[in-house]
Amino acid sequence: MGEPGTKEPLSLEELQAATNMRTGRKHVLSILVENKSGVLTRIAGLFARRGFNISTLTVGPTEDVQISRVTLTVDGALHPIDQVTKQLHKLVNVLKIRDLEPADTVARELALFKVTADGVQRGELMQIAEIFRGKVVDVTKRAVIIEVTGTTDKIEAFETMVRPFGLIEMMRTGEIAISRGRSET
Amino acid sequence: MRAVDALMECLKAEGVDVVFGLPGGANLPTYDAFVTGGIRHILVRHEAGGGHAAEGYAKATGKVGVAFATSGPGATNLITPICDAMMDSVPVVFITGQVRTELLGTDGFQEADTLGITMPVVKHSFMIQHPQELPRAIHEAFYIAQSGRPGPVLIDIPQDLSRAEIDYEPVTDVRLPGYQPRVEGNQKQIRQAAKALAAAQRPVIYAGGGVVNANGSQELREFARSDRFPVTCTLMGLGAFPAGVGGTPDPQWLGMLGMHGTRAANYAMDEADLICAVGARFDDRITGKLSEFAPRAKFIHIDVDPAEISKNVPAHIPIVGDAKHVLAKLVIEYRSLGADPARLDAWWSRIDGWKSKYPLGYEDSADTEIKPQYMVQALCEATGGEAIVTSDVGQHQMWTAQYYDFPEPRRWINSGGLGTMGFGLPAAMGAAVGEPERLVCCIAGDGSVQMNAQELATCAQNKIPIKVFIMNNGYLGMVRQWQELFWDGKYSHVDMGEFPDFVKLAEAYGVTALRLTDKTTLVQDMKRAIAIEGPVLVDVRVTREENTYPMIPAGSAAREMVG
Repeated sequence: MGEPGTKEPLSLEELQAATNMRTGRKHVLSILVENKSGVLTRIAGLFARRGFNISTLTVGPTEDVQISRVTLTVDGALHPIDQVTKQLHKLVNVLKIRDLEPADTVARELALFKVTADGVQRGELMQIAEIFRGKVVDVTKRAVIIEVTGTTDKIEAFETMVRPFGLIEMMRTGEIAISRGRSET
Repeated sequence: MRAVDALMECLKAEGVDVVFGLPGGANLPTYDAFVTGGIRHILVRHEAGGGHAAEGYAKATGKVGVAFATSGPGATNLITPICDAMMDSVPVVFITGQVRTELLGTDGFQEADTLGITMPVVKHSFMIQHPQELPRAIHEAFYIAQSGRPGPVLIDIPQDLSRAEIDYEPVTDVRLPGYQPRVEGNQKQIRQAAKALAAAQRPVIYAGGGVVNANGSQELREFARSDRFPVTCTLMGLGAFPAGVGGTPDPQWLGMLGMHGTRAANYAMDEADLICAVGARFDDRITGKLSEFAPRAKFIHIDVDPAEISKNVPAHIPIVGDAKHVLAKLVIEYRSLGADPARLDAWWSRIDGWKSKYPLGYEDSADTEIKPQYMVQALCEATGGEAIVTSDVGQHQMWTAQYYDFPEPRRWINSGGLGTMGFGLPAAMGAAVGEPERLVCCIAGDGSVQMNAQELATCAQNKIPIKVFIMNNGYLGMVRQWQELFWDGKYSHVDMGEFPDFVKLAEAYGVTALRLTDKTTLVQDMKRAIAIEGPVLVDVRVTREENTYPMIPAGSAAREMVG
C-alpha cells in the first residue's frame, strides 16, 4: 500500500526539503576489496540505490595481488554515509572500509589539461604551470598539454587559471588517499 | 567427474535432501546429473513456485532451501522469490543455468544477465568462471546463506562449464576473509542492557523474525520470564513467544504490534520507557509516523546485522549478535541484578486495562454467513492450533496473524517484507515437503492464490498433502479497504467477481475440492477437509466487504489507531 495513506498530492516543497537533507561534507572512502569480478558493480550499486552520486572513483592494485583498493569520494550528510558504509561492510568481497578524515590524510589526484596556446600565450601558461608545479608534457603549434598533481582544491584552482586561455579538454583521475603516520589506511 | 556431478556431491555433503526446480536448455547437464545424483528433485510448474517452495521449506525446517532454474526467463522468474528471501532473511541457495561462455554478452538465446539483475536483492552471488571453482562456490554459498543474518545466495553456471570434467575433491573449509558475522554480542553492552532493564519502570520486549531465524525462541521465553516483561512480536516473529496454550492467552503476551496489531501492544510501545528490540528492524509497518514512535522510550537493539542497528531508530544500547546467544547471556546478567518485579505492577495494571478494554474483535453475522475473522478462528480450532500455516498477502494474512494463536516458532510462514501475493501455496508445498509429519495449511486470498495456483499440479503429482483454504471475498480485499477508507470509497479494479470457479480449477489439477458457506458447520467441515488424504482445496465464501481492524493509518502514530 502506498505512502502516505492519503490522496493528498505531495507538494514540491516537501520533495525539495527531502532532497536538501542529502548534502553535507565530502567523504573520502577507502575500500579494500578482494580482486573478484563484479565487486565494483556491487559497490556502485549500493550508492546508486540510495540516490548517492559518486563524485570520483579510482580502482587499482595494492601491494597484495589478490586485493584491490577502491577510493571514492561522495557528497553526503553524516547519517546516510554511516548507513551506506554499514551496507558496504556486508558485501562479502569487501575487506575493509575507512572514511578518511581530511586532516589525517594525504590525498592526490592527477589531471591533464589541453589548453589553446599560440605564441605569446604559451609563455604565460608555462609560468602558471610552474607556480602550480605542473609539467608541460606536450606542445604543438596551437595547444599545450599540462600535467598537474595535487589535491582536488589545487587542481580546481589551476583549472580556474587556465580556463580563460581556452580549455580544450580536461581529464582527472579522481583522488587516491592514504592515511598519515605509520598505521595502514 | 563432470562439474554437475560434483554439484550433486556438494549438495549431499551440505545435507540437502530435496530441491525444487524446472529444467531448461542451459541447465540440461544439471538435470542429467539429477538422474543418478541421489537428490530428490520436485518438478514445479513455474520457477517462482519453486523459489517460494524453497523458502517455505527453509522457514519450516530452519535448513537451507534450494531452487533450480534455467537461464533467461527461468532465472527472471526467480527474481520475486529471491527478493522475498532477501527481505525476510530466508536462507535459500538459487542455482541458475547460464548460456555457454562463448555466447555470454551476445544476447544469445535465453540469455539474461542473471548476476546483474539479481545483484541488489541477493546476500551474495557467484558467477562460475572455471568449472573447478564450482564445489567451493557451492559450499561458500551454503555457508553465507545460513550464517549471520540469513539470506538468498545465487550461483550462475554457464552450460559448457557445468558439463566440463573436473578433479573433484571434497571441500571442507570456506575462505571468506571479508565475511565474518558476529553472533556472540559484546558482554559489556549486554551488562548495560541488563542494568537498563532492571531500572525500567515501563519496559517492553519487541521481538522479530530474527529470533525465529536464530532459533532463539527458548531464550526469548526465558528472558521474558526472568521478570514479568511484556512481550510483543512483529508479523515475522509470531510464535517466537507463545500467544497462549489451549485457548488461554499467555499473561505476558500483548499480541502483535504494528499497523494491524493490538491496541495493547501499540499503546505499550507508545508509553514504554525502555524498549528491548530483538531481531527486529523498526519497519515502517511497526513505527508508523517515525517522529512520534515510542516518544518516551530508550532503545536496546539486539541484531546480528550491524546495518540494522540505528537504521531507522537510534539505539541507546546497540548489541551486535544473534538473539540466541545474546538473550542467553542477558538472562544471566539480568538475574544477577535481583530486580524487584513489583516495580512493574503499575505498568501491568495499565497494560491489563488496555487488554480488557480493547480485545481483538469483530461483529459476527446474524445468519450463517462466514466472517473472515471467524474463518481463521475456526481453522485454529479445527487444527488445535498445531498446524503450520502459510499465507499470501493482504487482509487474510493480517486476520490470520491476529486470530490464529501460534504456540511455537516456524509455524507461521508468510511474506512480510516484500509482501508477495502468490507466496502461500508454494510455501505450504515446501513446508509440507520439509515437515512431512505435520499438518500444513495455507490460508490464501482469492486474488493471491491465482498467482501461483499452477503448483496445485505439483502437489497432486507428488501427493503433497497441503490443505489450501481460500478466504474468498471476490475482491483484492486490502486494496479495496484502502480505497474505501482513504480514497473516498471509489473502487478501482479490485472486484475479482466469482472467477475462477476454484472447485472446478482444483479438480482439473487432480486436487480434491470443497466449497464452504455456512459458519454453523464450519469447524466440522474444516476437520472433514483436513482428514481427506492428499492435497485439498477449500473455497470458503466469506463476507465480501469486511475491513481489517484495528489499524494505524499509514504515516500516523500509534495513538491514532482506528477501528
